[in-house]
Amino acid sequence: MHDKTIAELAAGLRERTYSSVELTRHFLERIARHNPSLNAFITVAAESALSAAAQADLALAAGTGGPLIGIPIAHKDIFCTQGLRTSCGSRMLDNFIAPYDATVVERLAAAGAVVLGKTNMDEFAMGSSNETSWYGPVKNPWDQTRVPGGSSGGSAAAVAARLCVAATGTDTGGSIRQPAALCGITGIKPTYGRCSRWGMIAFASSLDQAGPMASCAADAALLLQAMAGFDPRDSTSLDTPVPDYVAGLDGDLAGLRIGLPKEYFGAGLDGRVAASIQAAIREYERQGATVVEISLPNSPLSVPVYYVVAPAECSSNLARFDGVRYGHRCENPKDLEDLYKRSRAEGFGAEVQRRIMIGTYVLSAGYYDAYYLKAQKIRHLIADDFRRAFEQVDVIMGPTSPTTAFPIGAKMDDPVAMYLNDIYTIAANLAGLPGMSIPVAPVDGMPVGLQVVGNYFEEGRLLNCAYRLQQQTDWHLGVPVGFD
Amino acid sequence: MALDRSDVEKIAHLARLAVAPADCDRYAHDLSNILDLVARMDAVDTTGVEPMAHPLHMTQRLRPDLATEPDQRDRFQAIAPQTDAGLYLVPKVIE
Repeated sequence: MHDKTIAELAAGLRERTYSSVELTRHFLERIARHNPSLNAFITVAAESALSAAAQADLALAAGTGGPLIGIPIAHKDIFCTQGLRTSCGSRMLDNFIAPYDATVVERLAAAGAVVLGKTNMDEFAMGSSNETSWYGPVKNPWDQTRVPGGSSGGSAAAVAARLCVAATGTDTGGSIRQPAALCGITGIKPTYGRCSRWGMIAFASSLDQAGPMASCAADAALLLQAMAGFDPRDSTSLDTPVPDYVAGLDGDLAGLRIGLPKEYFGAGLDGRVAASIQAAIREYERQGATVVEISLPNSPLSVPVYYVVAPAECSSNLARFDGVRYGHRCENPKDLEDLYKRSRAEGFGAEVQRRIMIGTYVLSAGYYDAYYLKAQKIRHLIADDFRRAFEQVDVIMGPTSPTTAFPIGAKMDDPVAMYLNDIYTIAANLAGLPGMSIPVAPVDGMPVGLQVVGNYFEEGRLLNCAYRLQQQTDWHLGVPVGFD
Repeated sequence: MALDRSDVEKIAHLARLAVAPADCDRYAHDLSNILDLVARMDAVDTTGVEPMAHPLHMTQRLRPDLATEPDQRDRFQAIAPQTDAGLYLVPKVIE
């Protein structure tokens, strides 16, 4: 049952080949067997999953229920779930049980999905390897000595190991696309504002965006359809209609203009990863697409700009964790300042504290213009590069990550080396554009992701590109040894 | 941009983080490296460039000034470390 697409599972449920309870139990058994080694889940919600599945079976028997009725999924532990712990990968929220559901959680529940549990992640989504989690690193199912990527590493590993049908993720600088690439799954970061941020714990609010992580484009389309849409509770939510993503999957690609930014194929890119990307591009050419070299001249600045904007917003957002209203509180505080300082120092890990301090520094008196204002100006130049590119091309393609998954521990002592993993993904967040990672030919048995960036609101075109590639190739069908 | 121990102590205080003295040098080293990465921005001439306030150049939506949230104080305080009679408790602020 775990090797089927959502459409196949939905047919099996409708035809009563199996019930949602049986399907849910099957995935819970896989989690029980594999999670002790992978560490992909922080919380497994067996009891509530089985009761939701029983409800789904009633709806199926009555011929009602939404498009995801009875399908077992997982949520990244950054989405608030009422009554089920939401830790955000942090000791700070180890005891936090949200009093409400995030909009994304609410919408997927309304579509009928069953929640198996909450997946592991880098602490407060700050990391590219899932090693900053308070709950320990997640292992990559393709090679358990390697990282799954991050920050949505638990969701990516869980989907790749088929511990759930699909999962939610969030992407601030590549946190859906990079782990999707490193674990060999399909993930999409929609246009900024497409999915509501309400109830999604904030890291950098002008960059954060939720999206689905799945085994194939068709499954990602079904999830995104349920997740996307206007939400008055999120002040930056897009008030524009959501197209029918599933209906658009099979559109003809003849005449599609693909831009290949020369900056994404230069020094630093593993030659074997480049060869996999080129093989995928040739498949698009076979389907009638044309390829042009383009330039995004300011894209090399995206990492420096990001490490001003994201920490600045993080230092403001994480000021709310004060040991007073919820979350971790230190023992025996001697005064209010001691309460704040020790609760925060004990509750946050080293990477979160580094980013809070960088953010505090760049926003402090006398430095604002040189750092934050300068970064926001260059951000404009980066967005303008894309605007000009999309006058010539329909989509931009390149590698999602410069290498395949690296060994656990390899980059933890060097924050800057870790940051450079996201060199190809960050620009889309700074510009607010949708981006996707699609599995292509592996290198030495390790997955490689093709990144596709589209113009604003063009998630449908990205899903169409991914679907057409997956109709003609089997790169997305690989399952790691021991998980088939 | 090199930060030293005293810079880290000052920033940590502003951020309300109790950084242990033993960790100050390590943070000074890491934060300096990050600021060196960020310094690549200095090479760009941004004269006349508008700072980007929003990816889609949207402005904040307004809504009617009406109360929409019900009182849920008991539920919200159920997860607080320490409360009394509907108030959050902290160490004494005024002697």
